[in-house]
Amino acid sequence: MSTTYFNEMYDNGHVREPYARLEDWTNAMPAELRQMKQAEAEALFRRIGITFAVYGEGGDPDRLIPFDMFPRVFTQFEWRRLERGIKQRARALNAFLLDVYGRGEIVRAGKIPAKLVYQNEAFERAVVGFTPPRGIYSHIVGIDLVRTGPDEFFVLEDNCRTPSGVSYMLENREIMMRMFPNLFRENRIEPVDGYADALRRTLASVAPARCDREPTVAILTPGHFNSAYYEHSFLADLMGVELVEGADLFVEGGFVWMRTTEGPKKLDVIYRRIDDSFLDPLCFRPDSMLGVPGLMDVYRSGGVSICSAPGAGVADDKAVYTFVPEMIRFYLGEEPILQNVPTWQCAKPDECKYVLENLGDLVVKEVHGSGGYGMLVGPKSTKDQIETFRIKITEDPQNYIAQPTLALSTTPTFVEEGIAPRHVDLRPYCLVGEKIELVPGGLTRVALKEGSLVVNSSQGGGVKDTWVLAE
Amino acid sequence: MLSRTAENLFWIGRYIERAETMARLLEVGARIALMPSAGHGYRSEWESLLQASGTAEGFASKYGDPVQRNIESYLFFDRDNPSSVVSCLERARENARIVRTALTAQVWDALNSAFQEMRKLERKPRSELELTELTEWVNHQAASIRGAMDATLLRNDGYSFLNLGFSLERADNTARLIDVKYFVLLPSVDFVGSGLDNYQWQTLLRAFSALRAFHWAYGGDITAAKIAHFLILNRQSPRALISALETTKDHLDALAKDYGKTGPAQLRARALLGELSDTRVEDIFEEGLHEFLTRFIREVGELSDMVHNAYLSGDAR
Repeated sequence: MSTTYFNEMYDNGHVREPYARLEDWTNAMPAELRQMKQAEAEALFRRIGITFAVYGEGGDPDRLIPFDMFPRVFTQFEWRRLERGIKQRARALNAFLLDVYGRGEIVRAGKIPAKLVYQNEAFERAVVGFTPPRGIYSHIVGIDLVRTGPDEFFVLEDNCRTPSGVSYMLENREIMMRMFPNLFRENRIEPVDGYADALRRTLASVAPARCDREPTVAILTPGHFNSAYYEHSFLADLMGVELVEGADLFVEGGFVWMRTTEGPKKLDVIYRRIDDSFLDPLCFRPDSMLGVPGLMDVYRSGGVSICSAPGAGVADDKAVYTFVPEMIRFYLGEEPILQNVPTWQCAKPDECKYVLENLGDLVVKEVHGSGGYGMLVGPKSTKDQIETFRIKITEDPQNYIAQPTLALSTTPTFVEEGIAPRHVDLRPYCLVGEKIELVPGGLTRVALKEGSLVVNSSQGGGVKDTWVLAE
Repeated sequence: MLSRTAENLFWIGRYIERAETMARLLEVGARIALMPSAGHGYRSEWESLLQASGTAEGFASKYGDPVQRNIESYLFFDRDNPSSVVSCLERARENARIVRTALTAQVWDALNSAFQEMRKLERKPRSELELTELTEWVNHQAASIRGAMDATLLRNDGYSFLNLGFSLERADNTARLIDVKYFVLLPSVDFVGSGLDNYQWQTLLRAFSALRAFHWAYGGDITAAKIAHFLILNRQSPRALISALETTKDHLDALAKDYGKTGPAQLRARALLGELSDTRVEDIFEEGLHEFLTRFIREVGELSDMVHNAYLSGDAR
């Protein structure tokens, strides 16, 4: 394929304005210094313990996500548009959730198939008719974006449940500031460190109406074997709230309590980082030890708030994704600021036919897949892989969607040979509470392998600091 | 504070202290092994160390004969041995990872660095590692972890739980170490007061890094009575049973004050300390050193259970 990719630093051989100062910086950095700094960064990550715990696969249980020191830069102008688009999307997704657990007007209006909503695995019957505080279901919305040109951004995916990676956004910045303070003196870079405060405010703002004091907030983690445990404890630490496991909590008298050294302490808001099905063995999976028996009853009677709300997952399903632009028009009466990637649904026979005929050019994803598993990148695949997917899709078309292979933008990235363009995506984190806010930045993930379009950390992707320049 | 957090902190303290004790035990054994053998059956000094550390059975089923090299492996590197230095450091570090939010960056750094270095040590060929190098390394790590705690942690309930872990483990471990010497090490009563006896007492003091301190405190000849006084009743001696109890009592009192509630753990600690303060060396020998230590270990165990029930089990009301 002779695709040309948009290079975010060098457009037609010219340095684009936001990267202007970085050119001197890289030119002035000899290879030895670069290697030294890279080693220093790695040592810092390891020392601080910013690791991605991988248990049960043998080898080092504390894996580092590769960190690329070359920052990715957005202008204030570019960011403003992204910000507006993301907030718009977060509002629409929340309106959708409130609607489908309520009157279901979007379905009745025929804008989205009933089956897709009500027979969706992520649809929680247990919360039908329930209105969470401020009517918000998804409080932390992680929107995955890719870029294909100076003004072309596409939303790849919405994450309405428990988007992860925000600790990397914060730590990447810390480490960059520590290693290259000069860069921050020379470039005016918007800070991201307000995130934890904003998160705490957001969570506190959705405390149950009955809570008449400063709400007690806690993060619920599946435990220290979870790969994102570092992030859970990092956020709890930054916010100054307890990091609890299911066994630390119990239900009594219509409230949720924490077991503390001074006796039970009432909990008002739970930022949960475990899936719906593990929240409450009495309501969902009876075999789960991770949750709290009786939690859902307390939740439904307004004794505690759960963020994101159980059932929020129905909005970030890859099949529902296709309808988000429609949601924006339906609920907000606005035109979408950010575009979706054109998507074919294999569940529809004519679209499925097209997909099967063009497998070699498309990216095929499992509707419920994540982490870069269960996907086919047509142009990068062998004949055998394509044939395997052809069989899978034919057998279970409902389970697949397909998208064109986008010419993802690249940014300069430090690789062994020096600096080379590598594909990137972006995940900003939008907080939805009393206010809708997001810090200027996000997590840029980079595909470190040459030519690779897969940026997931489980597939050899790395991360880099993401700058939004001040005006 | 979450009960589970308190429990993890408590165990960090215990594990670090236990790792240090294991290293000190190894040092005692190695020093004694340097002595020319004093009669048949005297190889049992290693055996007695295993017994004192509560690891004799595990060792026997894995290695059989107590050969120094195997004992070093078992007490230092073996992950099958839950009390080995490696196991203790690994678990202390894992507990710390779980309660990162209750520790300062510097404490985490000290624990995590110890863990990283330990992994490097493990990769080294064993022939390149001298035992003293290993035990000194452990003492150094434990000191830097303690130092980071003392220098940077908030003096809150978490600090008390950490220190309770240290002090209760220390009380237990010191009692066991003394017990090794008096009850197990001596092949027969004929050796009491002999050169061998004194050498063993000295070795014990050395293992506590307290030989010089002992001389400064008492002067003159080393006698069993002086050493028993030093290791049990002397408040100036940081590893003495009375000092460990005093620390335990102080931290339990701090918790009672913080929480505005006194419970059985505080009362028991005060009673134990009071009793020990009134004890004379002669009383201990009259009871029998071994009997006294056995009783002490049991009482410290009960106290530890009370701390657990009051704060760590999550059942506090």
